[in-house]
Amino acid sequence: MIEIDEELCKGCGICTDFCPMKVLETSDKINKKGYYPPKAVKEDECLGCRLCELLCPEFAIFIINE
Amino acid sequence: MKYLREEIFPTKFCSGCGCGTVLNCYAHAIDELGLNPENIVSVTGIGCSSWIPSPYLKCDTLHTTHGRPLAFATGVKIMKPDMDVVVIAGDGDIAGIGGNHLIHSARRNLDISVFLVNNYIYGMTGGQVSPTTPMGHPTTTTPYKNIEHPMKIAELVAAAGASYVARWTTYNVFPLMESMQNAFKKKGFSFIEILSPCPVAHGRKIGMREGQDYLNMFKEKAIKIEKVKNLSEKELEDRIVIGKFVDRERTEFTESLRKLNQERIGK
Repeated sequence: MIEIDEELCKGCGICTDFCPMKVLETSDKINKKGYYPPKAVKEDECLGCRLCELLCPEFAIFIINE
Repeated sequence: MKYLREEIFPTKFCSGCGCGTVLNCYAHAIDELGLNPENIVSVTGIGCSSWIPSPYLKCDTLHTTHGRPLAFATGVKIMKPDMDVVVIAGDGDIAGIGGNHLIHSARRNLDISVFLVNNYIYGMTGGQVSPTTPMGHPTTTTPYKNIEHPMKIAELVAAAGASYVARWTTYNVFPLMESMQNAFKKKGFSFIEILSPCPVAHGRKIGMREGQDYLNMFKEKAIKIEKVKNLSEKELEDRIVIGKFVDRERTEFTESLRKLNQERIGK
């Protein structure tokens, strides 16, 4: 399961660019700071590799493996 | 997240900065090793990368003067040999201003872990040229271009006598995390150079304004140390050599000091 804390995001876009399955996409909603956080569009295709979790500089994404 | 002071988040780093990624890997490494953060002392100097453990990580932190974290860490390690002392600092901090401290701590083989976050520039003070700025890059203090050769810090520390030396980029998060765990376990001076993006102070002058530009550059230019044996220096000029440089056993400084004290004055 992908958990995204939208208020921590600074919209750098690293997670959306480097996801190997392109699960994440920039959403069209803005957060309190004025950035566009990512949203999971193809959550069922997520491999659970945790690359986004480790690459995120803001601790905004967590992958919970079931 | 349990190792972090959540009340001060989001971090103060710029969007796209690699310091957050390093903090992320550091927290994950501590978590996977199952260490108690109360047993860790993080010593930092001045600069963007010195903000990595202090104030975000729930461990003891010592924010010291510019270029001198290794001198402070030496004192901490000698008085508290049971604690894990970790120095996180930038390239300008411990390779530029405190360069001699780095060489001599490695020579003594003091039992500390040093994570040097190399972002090619003095980022916090406005983008001045640092010893690791690549040749030809314009900076605030070299407005036309930098005419100096950059310093290869990992190779220097390996030659100075450290026990464990590695170089990774913020793109190689999994090997970096594993390397940090090895650095914690290693007795002796363990040093990891981490190449990190600085899209604000360094990148804006060379047209790399996003963190992704740097990560793509790391991905393209990085070459594993196992593959460089047959390549000439000219071929490697534009490449980033990553991997584990040195992993060896040498006598450790605090242990020798304690032994000597025991022999001479009996305590």
